[in-house]
Amino acid sequence: MSTTWHRKDLLSLRELSVEELQQVLTTAKVFKEILGRPIKKVPSLQGRTVVNLFVEPSTRTKISFELAAVRLSADVVSLDKDSSSIRKGESLKDTARNLEALQAGIIVIRHRSAGAAHFLAERLKASVINAGDGAHEHPTQGLLDTFTIQERLGKIEGVRVLIVGDIIHSRVARSNLWALLKLGAKVKMVGPSTLLPKEFSELGAEVSYDLDAELEQADVINLLRIQHERQVQARLPSVGEYSGFFGLNLDRFKKCKPGVLLMHPGPVHRGVEIASELADGPQSVILDQVTNGLAVRMAVLYLVSGGRGLGDS
Amino acid sequence: MREILLQGGRVVDPKSGRDAKGDVLIRDGKIVSGKPSKEAVIVKVDGCVVTPGLIDPHVHLREPGQSAKETIATGTAAAVAGGFTSVIAMPNTSPAADGPNTIAWIRQRARETGVANVFTTGAISVGQKGEALAPFGALKQAGVVGLTDDGHCIQSAELMRRALEYARMFDLPVCDHCEDTSLSAGGVMNEGKWSRILGLPGWPGIAEEVIVARNALLAELTGARVLCQHLSSAASVRILREARARGVPIDGEASPHHLTLTDDLIEGYNTDFKMNPPLRTKGDVEAVKRGVADGTIRFLATDHAPHCNYEKEVEFDQAPFGVVGLETALGIYLTELVHSGLLPLKDVIEKMSSIPSDYFKLGRGTLADGAVGDVTVIDLERKWTVKKAEFKSKSKNTPFEGRELKGRAVFTIVGGEIRHDLDGRAGHP
Repeated sequence: MSTTWHRKDLLSLRELSVEELQQVLTTAKVFKEILGRPIKKVPSLQGRTVVNLFVEPSTRTKISFELAAVRLSADVVSLDKDSSSIRKGESLKDTARNLEALQAGIIVIRHRSAGAAHFLAERLKASVINAGDGAHEHPTQGLLDTFTIQERLGKIEGVRVLIVGDIIHSRVARSNLWALLKLGAKVKMVGPSTLLPKEFSELGAEVSYDLDAELEQADVINLLRIQHERQVQARLPSVGEYSGFFGLNLDRFKKCKPGVLLMHPGPVHRGVEIASELADGPQSVILDQVTNGLAVRMAVLYLVSGGRGLGDS
Repeated sequence: MREILLQGGRVVDPKSGRDAKGDVLIRDGKIVSGKPSKEAVIVKVDGCVVTPGLIDPHVHLREPGQSAKETIATGTAAAVAGGFTSVIAMPNTSPAADGPNTIAWIRQRARETGVANVFTTGAISVGQKGEALAPFGALKQAGVVGLTDDGHCIQSAELMRRALEYARMFDLPVCDHCEDTSLSAGGVMNEGKWSRILGLPGWPGIAEEVIVARNALLAELTGARVLCQHLSSAASVRILREARARGVPIDGEASPHHLTLTDDLIEGYNTDFKMNPPLRTKGDVEAVKRGVADGTIRFLATDHAPHCNYEKEVEFDQAPFGVVGLETALGIYLTELVHSGLLPLKDVIEKMSSIPSDYFKLGRGTLADGAVGDVTVIDLERKWTVKKAEFKSKSKNTPFEGRELKGRAVFTIVGGEIRHDLDGRAGHP
């Protein structure tokens, strides 16, 4: 497989070229095929060490990265805030330098501070993969969402995507925005005005505050969860009011196109962002997103480690 | 008798209206007219500008309590290296300079270890907590030249009103770091397109502007002098301009970074671009510059805020606010304001000497006969590159590393003593 990927790190989708995005998606497709085989393991990262440094809690992303690394035959170590010296007041720089001294080849970092992955990447020879940094980006989520749309609809170009919810606090919204725009989708962001600042229109998205008016046109609806419930009190009167105006309920679903894709990065608050029946219904691709996440993360680990050992499969 | 003759320079003394080629003689720490004696040390300054010693009305010297960042010794060494003969120290030390004992300690320490004049400010509120008035009368007796809770804007409009009423009685200016913390809470960079891209919490211009507006109204009500520190936003400049046009005794400062840098520079999450108030947009930078050019903003101030490398080399949102400025400010002002054609040299020198001296009653800021022998000699055409490794300051947190500047202080003379001699030309007697 020829490669246009020369990056040590994956920090954001905003900085990727169209070719690089396509390379990840193409590589992920190969890994998805491998994951369908009886023996799901390949030797690409044999002898290499992947450290999952999850300073902010996560369940599905952490398991997904762990499993992706295992499937590539890497040695995998996972650290969270409580099991690392960060709890004892060690700086991120010192933690990272210690991991490097232990010759970790790839560090996957989840951190509450935007820019934490950049911080590590600038200081380490190891590859750094951003698994979510504050409200900045969650590149592998953006990639797996894009992969899922491509898989289901056969294309990205011209697809109309609604991203609904707490946009201001969402790294998922940002990573989706950059990948989808670069690949030619039309992105509209929808949410309460206090959680969707007007500047997002300067980033290339259309901005709307009226979900009902947008449903008819959408090919894809990506519903984000309301974050930091306690911190948004000045921005949102109640979750109930949010749900009343921006939740995808059964009545609203009637306005959608028949083939619409319903996405959610999880964890789902049933009855808030999306009706329970819809989350489990035929238009939902929520579990496909999880499955595809594994293939996408294998692709990213494979590419940042130099993209060797896969053959021409 | 000790004499220095600065010979053959262009003497620019805005206060006396002098701008001509000539000599400046300093005898026993004072500027004198007349002829030098045979013992005078002659320093040839052809091609250079001789100005009153420059004054920075806003620096953090970090002593007492934070001497890992800076000390009075290193901070004043940085000052003279940058052409400043006097600095006004902010009171957010540890403990805060909110009473006469701490002020006396700082002044004593400055006499023992400083190489520039150190003037002190006292806190507005006890412990800079914004709750109870500090003892302005005792602070004045201890020698403060102004009052400020810099870094901690007084949130209570009532307390600010009483502070102004009380400060006016002592004729002390009140300097306010304008920030409504309910609007800026958690913010670490300008709220706008770039904070959205980078996912960093925004510190919007409106948080500054509502306080500038409040201060304008309170200054008008009380008649007290208010100096709004380090203005960063276009609307703040507009509010200030309107208030000043009505004769309200309110003023503003501009910092080197708010005159030159914009929020997109934070793209790489470099914490040397993190300061309070934050860098804003090109429109804001232009407005601050226009404010300086049209006289709305009369003060140029560095907000020199040293922090250790290990404090700054952390996640962006965790890093302390602030950048150093003493060793780059003059070069930035000359490059951005004078060489760019925005302002004549004498206006910039006035803002850096007689204006702060008169406002804070420092008794300096001129080269007139009998004045204190504080003099700065500037090579206007000197091109140089900012290299933080060469800083005298203990801290290196500059946003200007690698920047090409034009104009630099070659001599800084404090009370008749040469404290900075860039090229080692003077030869010490």
